[in-house]
Amino acid sequence: MSLGRLLPFIGFALIVALLVFGLRWNRTHDMNWVPSPLIDKPAPEFTLPLLYDSTMSVSRKDLLGKPWLLNVFGSWCATCQDEHPVLMAYARKFGVQLIGLDWKDDPDTAKRWLAQFGNPYETILVDTDGKAGIDFGVYGAPETFLVDAQGVVRYKHIGNLTPESIARELEPAIARLRTERP
Amino acid sequence: MLPELGQFALILALLLAAVQCTLPIYGAWRGNATLISIARPVVAGQAVFVVLAFGILTWAFLTQDFSVAYVAQNSNLSLPWYYRFPAVWGAHEGSLLLWILILNVWTVAVAAFSRHLPDATMARVLGVLGFISCGFLLFTILTSNPFLRHLPALPDGNDLNPILQDPGLIMHPPMLYTGYVGFSVAFAFAIAALLGGELDVAWVRWARPWTNVAWAFLTLGITLGSWWAYYVLGWGGWWFWDPVENASFMPWLVGTALIHSQAVTEKRGSFRAWTLLLSIFAFSLSPLGTILVRSGVLTSVHAFASDPRRGIFILVFLGIVVGGSLLIYALRAPKVAGGKAFRLLSRETLLLVNNLMFVCAAAMVLLGTLYPIIGDMLGVGRISVGPPYFGFVFPLLMLPVVLLIPFGPFFRWAMADWGAAWRSLRLALILAIAATIAAALIFLHAPLRALAGVAATFWVGSGIVAYAIRRWREAPAGRRYTPEMLGMILAHFGLAVFLAGVLITGATSVERDLSFAPNQAQQVGGLDFRFVGVTRVQGPNYLADQGTLEVRDGDRLVTTMHPQKRQYSGQQMQSKSDIDGGVFRDIYVALGDPLGDKAWGVRIYVKPFVRWIWAGGLFMLFGGLTAAADRRFRAKRAEADADAPAAVPAQVSA
Amino acid sequence: MKRIVLIFVILLAGLHAAFAIDPLPFKDRAEEVRFQNLTRQLRCLVCQNQDLADSDADLAKDLRRQVFQMMQEGKTDDQIKQYLVSRYNDFVLYDPPLHAGTWLLWFGPFAFLALGAFVVLRILRKRSRIPLATDTTSEEDW
Repeated sequence: MSLGRLLPFIGFALIVALLVFGLRWNRTHDMNWVPSPLIDKPAPEFTLPLLYDSTMSVSRKDLLGKPWLLNVFGSWCATCQDEHPVLMAYARKFGVQLIGLDWKDDPDTAKRWLAQFGNPYETILVDTDGKAGIDFGVYGAPETFLVDAQGVVRYKHIGNLTPESIARELEPAIARLRTERP
Repeated sequence: MLPELGQFALILALLLAAVQCTLPIYGAWRGNATLISIARPVVAGQAVFVVLAFGILTWAFLTQDFSVAYVAQNSNLSLPWYYRFPAVWGAHEGSLLLWILILNVWTVAVAAFSRHLPDATMARVLGVLGFISCGFLLFTILTSNPFLRHLPALPDGNDLNPILQDPGLIMHPPMLYTGYVGFSVAFAFAIAALLGGELDVAWVRWARPWTNVAWAFLTLGITLGSWWAYYVLGWGGWWFWDPVENASFMPWLVGTALIHSQAVTEKRGSFRAWTLLLSIFAFSLSPLGTILVRSGVLTSVHAFASDPRRGIFILVFLGIVVGGSLLIYALRAPKVAGGKAFRLLSRETLLLVNNLMFVCAAAMVLLGTLYPIIGDMLGVGRISVGPPYFGFVFPLLMLPVVLLIPFGPFFRWAMADWGAAWRSLRLALILAIAATIAAALIFLHAPLRALAGVAATFWVGSGIVAYAIRRWREAPAGRRYTPEMLGMILAHFGLAVFLAGVLITGATSVERDLSFAPNQAQQVGGLDFRFVGVTRVQGPNYLADQGTLEVRDGDRLVTTMHPQKRQYSGQQMQSKSDIDGGVFRDIYVALGDPLGDKAWGVRIYVKPFVRWIWAGGLFMLFGGLTAAADRRFRAKRAEADADAPAAVPAQVSA
Repeated sequence: MKRIVLIFVILLAGLHAAFAIDPLPFKDRAEEVRFQNLTRQLRCLVCQNQDLADSDADLAKDLRRQVFQMMQEGKTDDQIKQYLVSRYNDFVLYDPPLHAGTWLLWFGPFAFLALGAFVVLRILRKRSRIPLATDTTSEEDW
């Protein structure tokens, strides 16, 4: 049996191997997950009004000096409702200020939503047209970003935070920031 | 009661398929005539139960039995009766049952029209087909049972996806599957030949008509799918290189190489290894396509189901069937290149190049389609591969084919008379150049791609017409055009028509999104569109906003168009565009959203020559069917054996 | 890990089959064509394999507006693509950029062709050394 005769079989075996990989990958990954190119890069510039006081606004430079978490949510978002109790429980435990980004939402509806479900955020910024969201590479809610004291994005979580994902990924990421501080 | 009977019928069919794929093949191996002779009856038996199961599922839809989960998921009380029938194959489970039904139809046909085959060959062919049926039946019963109950029965079901409520749905999947499944017959013949250790090439002669018909139906299925996407999905496009589309295109590319390679093997005894391998590949791409489309491993607009478990099953099946076939090939394929010798300038060479280019094209489409997975594996992040890639590389690979195609019929076997061929084709070349220059002069701003389209169309078109004319002049009356040759002429001509459509429409289509106030007129593609207004319209199971637009060419009213936005009962919305189709251009209008102040958004396309794309496909369909009707293929067994050229062992191995 | 919101949006996009009809105030026809070409090369991230031009997902609409605005600001096609890639990753491009990770994609088919052509040439050369059969009758013409 010469190599030439076996070549088609070998080629086929490679394709099967690739598909096996693909199927296993499919089981452990969200096929709609897009990795963020912002990791280890500075967070984008922004200046956004506050939800509870639209005359005041916060920009990126205001948040330098301490790490912060940005949680993108909306009152229209069903998964955010699933995530909300987790945020309520963990908001104080993170040890890092939790800032909400009310994304593509109506501010009044958002206020009612928070009144109904609780407000875990220290500060809430409003991004009605989604411009800031685009700059952060947000493509769905909820998403959560961890930004360090120098304003560099260190971690992004896509989808709702769960106790497991917090323990597995977010808390270690926050801990890493602490060990880096001078 | 009936659905359970349906499940039972499937299980019985599976048992018979298991018998079909084991005993006759064993009998053929051992020369046991009794075991061989059970093949046909078992085939009939399996078909009976499959038809029964399919009939029961159809009955469940027609009687709107919502206790069957699949029926409840894909139809509801307001679904018009004529859509309940195609709703059977509107989703994963039912479409699989359709597949199995079609496989059985092909198998019965092969069993019925195989009197001229040696019994051992017939047994092996039916056995292989039985093995495939076994796999699909097992897959259905274990992972995709359409007869599962949902008790208590729901009072009403989900609606059939509005996109699927369309005549196209009735035709596209059955035609496509007929094509896909038909390649299993070529596969079965190839495996039968390998198992039987046959050195001669009679099996190719027997396989050819089946393969041509399968290819024709696959061409039709793809053409229908493209046509359907065009007028239902509303983005004016007809091909997106989506994984599901590619899954049907790859077997077509390999199948095209196969039908040509079979011709060479049958007439000259050469290319046996190519024909064997192409038969295996053409078939393998069907289950491969199933994995791509139904396992969730790739993202697609068209994806049927996203169940990795199903993907694993099909992958195992693919591994066994195709891996097994390729091992059998490695062990038993002819070790020595056979067939009559040929020179560098000969029809064989052209067809060898043809094989190569189509296989490369298929491999390229496979690579591009699978690349997101490769990207994940290499850890380079998620990569998207879309029309910019395929639309660039594919034409490059097909360029040699388009340039060489007119030479095919003019080159003789073994040694071509280059001078004669060139003399015959000179006129075609001149015509192509002249037409291109004329087009460039008449349409001053014609894009390069449109001019290339004109050149390619005239080159291929005149080339085949030139051959048809020469044949008319030189062959004696009554023997001018065999069906096989006529099929070739039709199919190659169809390619010319297709090229015209693709290249011209690609370069000259106009699309505009416009905002119209009532009674406002705007110009698109040289035509005037006047927006009259929007009214409410009631349909059988939907409520719609209907817009009215008057289209004028100068002062002459060309047509009035009525695009709709429909709200279906199940909260599903669909935009139903209106198309004014013509031989030389389509006008396509879709209604958008109200923009305030009684203004509405409207999308307008003017697409010249777009119908030539599908007309080309139809020509190819008829070409394939015509070629299959050649009486030579139906020669009686004795004649077939006498005619088949014995393999001439060559001095060198391939 | 399923993003229910994403599914929601995707379902909406699919069920709608309502095209992304979004009239924009283009300066002239050339600008409109440029916009169409650009948005056909960009992927709607929240859809099941659709380009920005055809998707009616909310995010797609936002991104189209963003592309339009950047065109108005005079940015080139490359700058616009770079803007999106730096936020959304190469995934957003339907035309895979050429880098080490995509060499196989861009060069693979031609390498395969070259290999195949080499094999074919070898076959042809060997075949031409064999003496031809002498029975080339007109029957054989077809």
